[in-house]
Amino acid sequence: MQIIDATNLDFKAINKALRQAETDYTVKGCCGQRFLAAGMSGKSLTIEGIPGNALGAYLNNAVITVNANAQDAVGDTMNEGKILIRGNIGDAAGYAMRGGKIYVQGNAGYRAGIHMKAYREKFPVLIIGGCAGSFLGEYQAGGVIIVLGLHKDGRRIVGNFPCTGMHGGKMFLRGSCEKICFPKQVTARCAAAEDLEEIREYLSEYCLDRKSVV
Amino acid sequence: MKTEGQIRIPSGCAISAVISKNGNKLSGEPVINSMKPMHDRSNGLGGGFAGYGIYPEYKNFYALHLFFDSRATRKECEAFLKERFEIVQSELIPTRTVPAITDKPIVWRYFAAPLQSVFRPLQLEEKEFVARTVMEINAGLPGAYVFSSGKNMGTFKAVGFPEDVGLFYKLEEYEGYSWTAHGRYPTNTPGWWGGAHPFTLLDYSVVHNGEISSYDANRRFIEMFGYQCTLQTDTEVITYIMDYLLRVQKLTLTEAASVIAAPFWSTIAAKADPDDRKKHTFLRTVFPSLLITGPFSIVFGFEGGLMALNDRLKLRSMVVGEKDDRVFIASEEAAIRAMEPDAKNIWSPAGGEPVIVKVKEGALS
Repeated sequence: MQIIDATNLDFKAINKALRQAETDYTVKGCCGQRFLAAGMSGKSLTIEGIPGNALGAYLNNAVITVNANAQDAVGDTMNEGKILIRGNIGDAAGYAMRGGKIYVQGNAGYRAGIHMKAYREKFPVLIIGGCAGSFLGEYQAGGVIIVLGLHKDGRRIVGNFPCTGMHGGKMFLRGSCEKICFPKQVTARCAAAEDLEEIREYLSEYCLDRKSVV
Repeated sequence: MKTEGQIRIPSGCAISAVISKNGNKLSGEPVINSMKPMHDRSNGLGGGFAGYGIYPEYKNFYALHLFFDSRATRKECEAFLKERFEIVQSELIPTRTVPAITDKPIVWRYFAAPLQSVFRPLQLEEKEFVARTVMEINAGLPGAYVFSSGKNMGTFKAVGFPEDVGLFYKLEEYEGYSWTAHGRYPTNTPGWWGGAHPFTLLDYSVVHNGEISSYDANRRFIEMFGYQCTLQTDTEVITYIMDYLLRVQKLTLTEAASVIAAPFWSTIAAKADPDDRKKHTFLRTVFPSLLITGPFSIVFGFEGGLMALNDRLKLRSMVVGEKDDRVFIASEEAAIRAMEPDAKNIWSPAGGEPVIVKVKEGALS
């Protein structure tokens, strides 16, 4: 395990250190540096502190764990790999992701899963533990978004205008959807056993991650 | 070079703020530090700060901060001011030499009280008279620009990165109960000292991240009421809209927020409380031209408090956090952590949901 102290380093310096690292590593003292682990593959890293916007953009099969909240545009256009956020995630999580997994233990901001898409063997998965903000799955074209509603502050599971412009993929909202207004082109129904079977694998993994000690 | 107001270029920006609810004194240093992790949100073409409660020794006087292009302009402006105000203090705003801050104009401040013998016969309220004076100077006296005009508060801004601007104005030497900060990435205007944020009128100030698409519609409406938008900068019009809604129309902050970030008609129709539905319908109907569309996140400063607000679609990020009696607002959580690593209750307000934080009653007297 290698440790990179991010205090007073800019994103270029951190990413350079990350590329040179040969083992798994931890970035400590992170405070807002953008683009961390952008385009990275075949590695595993843990981030302490608050990573900046576009964490894991274009991620290519690396595994990132953040032990705090994450900011906006996590996993922007990610291709493969996994990002685990133990806190909340900001706006536009998984922006245009076309593969890989983003597992959030807390809540998500606005526009989570905007422009997600699937293609051939690529299938993106976004799981949000708490609730999601407005415009969830805006322009979603593929993949799956799951919102578990494990938050306890009584907020609605999703804000206004979910699925605006959605034209592919699936979204699972765990809880009552009575007061949620979906756009016309979307089919909303109770999940059947076979629907749940499709996501069992991801949920099992999500639960294991949630249980695992920080 | 063309200056602000002569050209429009088609912003990422950074905003940050802190307030002590107990009215405790905070130096300008933490809010300067908050801008450092957001450095890349600005491009060096504007940075600025507003501090409230910073001039207790002159708290009954308007603190007028001005940029002048020459000594002659200053003399001319002073002659104009002396006909209308009693000036009790007139001085250069203290600055230090910072290599990154260049081309500085004359940066001056006056502490002044409007002459009753002048504004009473005009049948104007004091604040209206001061606001009109600011408009007259900014629109009619080339080379002079009032960039701060409130009581016991002040704006400090320049072309440069915000952390350098804070150093330039020695803000660590000031103490106030609240601060706002801005790092600019101008997209529509060329970046001049006057165009940096915060934009202010009287004790109202606005720092803004975004790019409003309703600028011209808003401007045409607000100019009917004597406001003059001289800089083609969208933040300027937001400042005047807030002044109009709060000071002139006497709306509450929440109502003003419902005007500028009005919910969609469908959202209003879905409201469970009929009174609430009626109120929103009324506000959208009466002030349709003051709806601000396009992305914005703003922190609005006023005497005794701050209000944070996102556009109704929340096209810009904004995070709020707390620690003891202090409340923090910023474009990014990292900025809050830079001010207070141990900040609690970090959350993101929804689009159009105002967050209003006021200093406790009596704490400032």
